Amino acid sequence: MTSHLLSWIAFMPLLGGLVVLFTPKDNAKAIRTIAVITTLLAGLLSLKALMGFNPASGIQFIEKVMWIPQFNAHYSLGVDGISLPMVLLTTLISILACLASFGIKERIKEYFFLFLFLETGMLGTFMSLDLFLFYVFWEIVLVPMYFLIGIWGGARKEYAAIKFFLYTLFGSLFMLLGILALYFHSTPHTFDWVELSKMHFAVRFQKFAFLAFFLGFAIKVPIFPFHTWLPDAHVEAPTPISVILAGVLLKMGTYGFFRFSYPLFPDAAHWFQPYMGILAVIGIVYGGFVALAQTDFKKMVAYSSVSHMGFVLLGLAAFTANGFNGAMLQMFTHGTITGGLFLLVGVLYDRAHTRDMNAFGGLSAQMPAYGGFLIFFSMASLGLPGLSGFISEFLVLLGVFQYKKLFAVLSCIGIILAAAYLLYMIRKVLLGPKNEKWSKLTDINAFEVVTLVPLMLLIVSIGLYPKMILNLMSPTVEALLVQVGGKF
Amino acid sequence: MNTLESLRYFLPETFLICGAFLALAVDLFSRNKKIVAALSLLTLALFFFLAKSHPAPAVGLSLFFGTFMLDPLTQFVRYLVPAVTFITLLASLNYRPLLKLYEGEYYVLFLFMVFGLILMGASSNLLMIFLSVEFVSILSYLMVGLLKKDARSKEAAIKYLLFGSAASAVMLYGISLLFGISGSLDFEAVGQAVSRPEYFSLSTLALIFFLVGLGFKISMAPFHMWAPDVYEAAPTPVTAFLTVAPKAVGMIALIRVLGIALAPLSSQWQHILIVLSILTMTIGNLSAIAQTNIKRLIAYSSIAQAGYILMGLAVFGSVGIQSVLIYLVTYALTNLGVFTAIIIVSNQTGSDEITSYAGLAQRAPGVAASLTLFLISLAGIPPLAGFIGKWFVFSSTIQNGFYVLAIAAALNSTVAAYYYFKIVKAMYLTPAETETPVLAAPSLKIALGMTLLGTIIFGLAPQPLIDWIQHIRL
Repeated sequence: MTSHLLSWIAFMPLLGGLVVLFTPKDNAKAIRTIAVITTLLAGLLSLKALMGFNPASGIQFIEKVMWIPQFNAHYSLGVDGISLPMVLLTTLISILACLASFGIKERIKEYFFLFLFLETGMLGTFMSLDLFLFYVFWEIVLVPMYFLIGIWGGARKEYAAIKFFLYTLFGSLFMLLGILALYFHSTPHTFDWVELSKMHFAVRFQKFAFLAFFLGFAIKVPIFPFHTWLPDAHVEAPTPISVILAGVLLKMGTYGFFRFSYPLFPDAAHWFQPYMGILAVIGIVYGGFVALAQTDFKKMVAYSSVSHMGFVLLGLAAFTANGFNGAMLQMFTHGTITGGLFLLVGVLYDRAHTRDMNAFGGLSAQMPAYGGFLIFFSMASLGLPGLSGFISEFLVLLGVFQYKKLFAVLSCIGIILAAAYLLYMIRKVLLGPKNEKWSKLTDINAFEVVTLVPLMLLIVSIGLYPKMILNLMSPTVEALLVQVGGKF
Repeated sequence: MNTLESLRYFLPETFLICGAFLALAVDLFSRNKKIVAALSLLTLALFFFLAKSHPAPAVGLSLFFGTFMLDPLTQFVRYLVPAVTFITLLASLNYRPLLKLYEGEYYVLFLFMVFGLILMGASSNLLMIFLSVEFVSILSYLMVGLLKKDARSKEAAIKYLLFGSAASAVMLYGISLLFGISGSLDFEAVGQAVSRPEYFSLSTLALIFFLVGLGFKISMAPFHMWAPDVYEAAPTPVTAFLTVAPKAVGMIALIRVLGIALAPLSSQWQHILIVLSILTMTIGNLSAIAQTNIKRLIAYSSIAQAGYILMGLAVFGSVGIQSVLIYLVTYALTNLGVFTAIIIVSNQTGSDEITSYAGLAQRAPGVAASLTLFLISLAGIPPLAGFIGKWFVFSSTIQNGFYVLAIAAALNSTVAAYYYFKIVKAMYLTPAETETPVLAAPSLKIALGMTLLGTIIFGLAPQPLIDWIQHIRL
């Protein structure tokens, strides 16, 4: 397992998925065990990759095999400081989401097969160094996601599933055109990221290609005004899938900017810098205001994602070391924090079967432990110093301040809004007079706590010692900054 | 080359036609029609291997006084058509409505059809192309109207006949114009005459007439109107066949006509084809959205697919032709798979309405999963065969700077995904009305398995396919 470590990580879940397919469908216990074991194995293998990873030496664990020689497409995997944190995030979130999936009671076999298939798709997306392979993995993610939302989702699951599917497909088809155009503009024709990132393309071409890729990535992130699929998908998806969506899938979009758009089209990225900044600020402020207006708990968290992902884009727009590092860190921290919030929404929904925040009240008396967890994650999300969300948003603001002060000022509104809607939520759900209707609700159980604790540990430790993960990222991020000609 | 010399190279086709007559004779004397079926399948399989052992020379060989061109393109037809027919026949063996009626003739018609299609794909002569198109058309009318007790099937056959005759007549007029210009029926000679500027307007007219005739065969808009009615009402295996084989061979005939006889007009037909390609895929996709009958939905989808194939034709050149051929193979496999699944379901439920697919995931998990994979492949999502086809037509347009065409196709693909997933939604997201499992006869299972395997293998490892097709030049 050492020689093809990344392939093992990427395909371990699929392997488990295939075993699930051959397990009798009544044997829920076996299916769950297989799923947990394979996600755990993928997690352990990714830790092994972390152990062997040297942040200073660029892309590592490279595997490269010719796949389709006729158009020079390779099966080519590798990780650097940008992708490794995403791989770790994916395996971690997948383990937790897999545990949280024990609540799924219907069609378990299909569920876990699709779940594991999805994990392979996500991991492959983050590891691919060949654009053809990247596109294949990128699209593979869509199909299981469609089913996971569509079969196990809420009331409007069919609508949400197809909306997610068509939106993303629409974007990725334009990305496909961009990939093809890039291929035919490169000499020699290649999909290899390493070779492509050494080439320089005409500025005019860069702009077109950047926009084609942008459409694919922007819908995934999602960037305003392409975000309308997100509240539907997040709200209708079952809890573990919301966690995956918010924790990992959204990052595929911003990862795409870091991995492809910026290094391959640096001039176009510079040209797009102000627009990126404006879109980011709109996302931060708009997402915050819309979140403030929600009465549905899950929808509020979903819109808060739009706002928080705006910080990633803001960091990308800054073209400074702090901005880029902050953006990368924000991708990771948002995955852990919002993943936790979605898990907590799920805990409450499983018991009360409603997500209407106005229907609750005084729950901290009824479910004290739950209240504690919710407050912790809310504090992390609103950027309380000492927790990881603060570090990443602070870095982004620091970075963007060097670029345009106005953007930094405006996006602070988003932070204030985050405090507003989160505290508002805490007041409505946890505080106030106790609603007798909920006097039968049981507190969060040990099993659910297990899914939250790893996230909390990460949130606290990154909040206190951000270097543990920044050290992993910053050499790559700074190399990228040099490549795109940003400021330190 | 004269007839006697030609026959040596024509051995596989001679064998095929003998096999067809033999099957017809057996049908006369045998009550057990499955013997005819077995004989037909055997003939096809042997033909395939005969064709393989008599490969076409890399440089074309002109047989029968220049009417039959034996070149790698013809060889492509010799592989594709019998393979498609083989799977169609497998899927027909247990098609319920057919079992009562003319079963023997049905199989024999297909053998003659294969012969006609090969002639059509190999035509390098105006007369030959007209004759073979007519030959194929008449057989198609018969196949569509085979269920003569079914009023809709009859209606569709008549409709098909009227449309088809009109289209053939227009094409014949075009042929007469070209003959008038050049005084020859040979494609090469016609091509030389067409290049002369004084014949420009006449030959442009002939080009348009040709596009009408062959456009009808490949269900190109605006000559597609017959397709939904015919595809919906014809026996399902026949629909499967008609959406694949005549369409593929029609494309190949177009490649020959446009690339040789009308090559000097390439800047004209290139523009026409771009417009028609966009029109065809858009009309097909938009009309498919509202359909509730799966056969009709796939009928419109196959019109749209013809639009994608026309992209490659508009690009032309070796890159464009390759993309067309690769698309044809992947599309043929996938579409046949879709129809095999439709036959399995309709055998059990007796309905082709999408609503009858509700909960198929529970009633027939294997069939539902296969149909889903086929639909995903049709939608062009990796890593399945349909994606490779789409990849090639997209890349041929991008490579040659046809950006508008590429963007139109990208938008269209999104629309198409919507209605393909309507079927997936019914199968997986909608609960079943009954729990009765849907069972499939072994022959149908084999057909389903073959197409599924092909769809997956050509998606993950398309190298041999591409390798083979890259050596095909006009």
